[in-house]
Amino acid sequence: MTSTRFIITVIGIDKIGIVAKVTGIMAEYSVNIVDISQTIMEDLFTMIMLAEAKGDNFDMNDFQNTMQDAGEKLGVDIRVQHEDVFRFMHRI
Amino acid sequence: MLIHPKEIMETIQMVKTENLDIRTVTMGINLRDCIHPEISQFNRNIHNKIVECAHNLVSTAEDVEILYGIPIRNKRVSVTPIASIGGKFTKEDFISIAQTLDDAASEIGIDFLGGFSALVHKGMTPVEKTLISAIPEALANTEKVCSSVNVATTKSGINMDAVALMGKTIKETAQLTAERDGIGCAKLVVFANAPEDNPFMAGAFHGIGEPDCVINVGVSGPGVVNAAIRELKNPDLGEIAETIKKTAFKITRMGEMVGREVSKRLGVEFGVIDLSLAPTPEVGDSVASILEAMGLESCGTHGTTAALALLNDAVKKGGAMASSYVGGLSGAFIPVSEDAGMIAAVERGSLDLAKLEAMTSVCSVGLDMIAVPGNTTASTISAIIADEMAIGMINRKTTAVRIIPAPGKIVGEIVEFGGLLGTAPVMGTHSFSSEELIKKGGRIPAPIQALTN
Repeated sequence: MTSTRFIITVIGIDKIGIVAKVTGIMAEYSVNIVDISQTIMEDLFTMIMLAEAKGDNFDMNDFQNTMQDAGEKLGVDIRVQHEDVFRFMHRI
Repeated sequence: MLIHPKEIMETIQMVKTENLDIRTVTMGINLRDCIHPEISQFNRNIHNKIVECAHNLVSTAEDVEILYGIPIRNKRVSVTPIASIGGKFTKEDFISIAQTLDDAASEIGIDFLGGFSALVHKGMTPVEKTLISAIPEALANTEKVCSSVNVATTKSGINMDAVALMGKTIKETAQLTAERDGIGCAKLVVFANAPEDNPFMAGAFHGIGEPDCVINVGVSGPGVVNAAIRELKNPDLGEIAETIKKTAFKITRMGEMVGREVSKRLGVEFGVIDLSLAPTPEVGDSVASILEAMGLESCGTHGTTAALALLNDAVKKGGAMASSYVGGLSGAFIPVSEDAGMIAAVERGSLDLAKLEAMTSVCSVGLDMIAVPGNTTASTISAIIADEMAIGMINRKTTAVRIIPAPGKIVGEIVEFGGLLGTAPVMGTHSFSSEELIKKGGRIPAPIQALTN
């Protein structure tokens, strides 16, 4: 692993409060937003964030579970993946 | 953002809707330092070595799965072929070894363990004969142990005595697991030119030329290739090949990344990526569907071998660029029971055993997960094996047979294995006898390679 940065993707039907909820959890876990983009792709709300964990005791698994639970409540799909996945797959 | 959102969405779609996953992370473990003439000590040694090397395999693979969000379907272990390290053991001793391997596999939480194996392509030692005689009971008494026997190579020809013996062994294995439709045979492979670093079951074993401990990875991505081809608008075959290459590159990169991270965390050498497209029974995650996406009405019709040749070659070309070390079987798999499209093709009547055999001459790996009627004779099974071994021997490639003579079943019936092993429609074989050929025994000489010397 070359960095502690990861990509958070939120995909689903748009509704009020998605961004507030997601960023709220990020703040709780001391996760900083490095970059953010939000679009409507194929009628779906799509938010992509490049994020970085700032805390020393950051627990990726716990963070993912919290995000997934929040996603279920909001009716959207939230994924947290290390950024290397995307870099490795698409770049040489 | 350094990574384009489109690329991010493409990766997520591959995992979410196209069944991209890592089929297996397989740890190869050398057991040659466990040799002991006394069976109970031998069993203790292999148990301890496996647990010592692989106790963290499952949890580490799961951590990597979480980190990257790419599912790893199976965690497996392969070991040195047991017949190569077994002493003057009895059949019961070998059955106890299989039990020990199964217990170790359960203890560390892996899905399968391969290596209850023998390499007998030129001849059989008494130890190898005893191990093979123990295979039916060993597979009937265990859940996770897989067995393989290499009976042919390009350099040494085909050991027809071993081929005859394996026909009988497969029949016996089916009988002993009759109450589960002969599932024991799903864990038994007969090989020509078996690779030493294959991560896929049931044929994985840890070869003699391998290091003490190594991580090999197999990927699964037919669904991704299928979706990519179907997105093309009126492509010619060159464009299809190009798309397969690019897709295979991406899939293989995932395997490479996951394999490297797992091996780094475990402090174990990274071996190879196996560039195989391993299908799953999920709809769309099918090699047959890819062939149909190329323009065939149903897999198995005329043109199938050509389409498969294109697919297999393009996968290798794309994958070879994506990984620093490629090995194992490396090619498209065509296991019937594990591929919904293949099952449908058999049921539709477009795919039969003869066409499958032809297809194996241009792809990995062979006649795989094929159910035949329960009354198929041992000599017919041996003859099917001999044909497949001949294709491997002459074409200098790996071929294999994993065939299930499903007890009590007839052509057209269905055999359910569950999980990744899937569902197999029972396929017809020739009614003409091959018995006299198989009875002759001996060896088929190695083919001439070149007259260059």
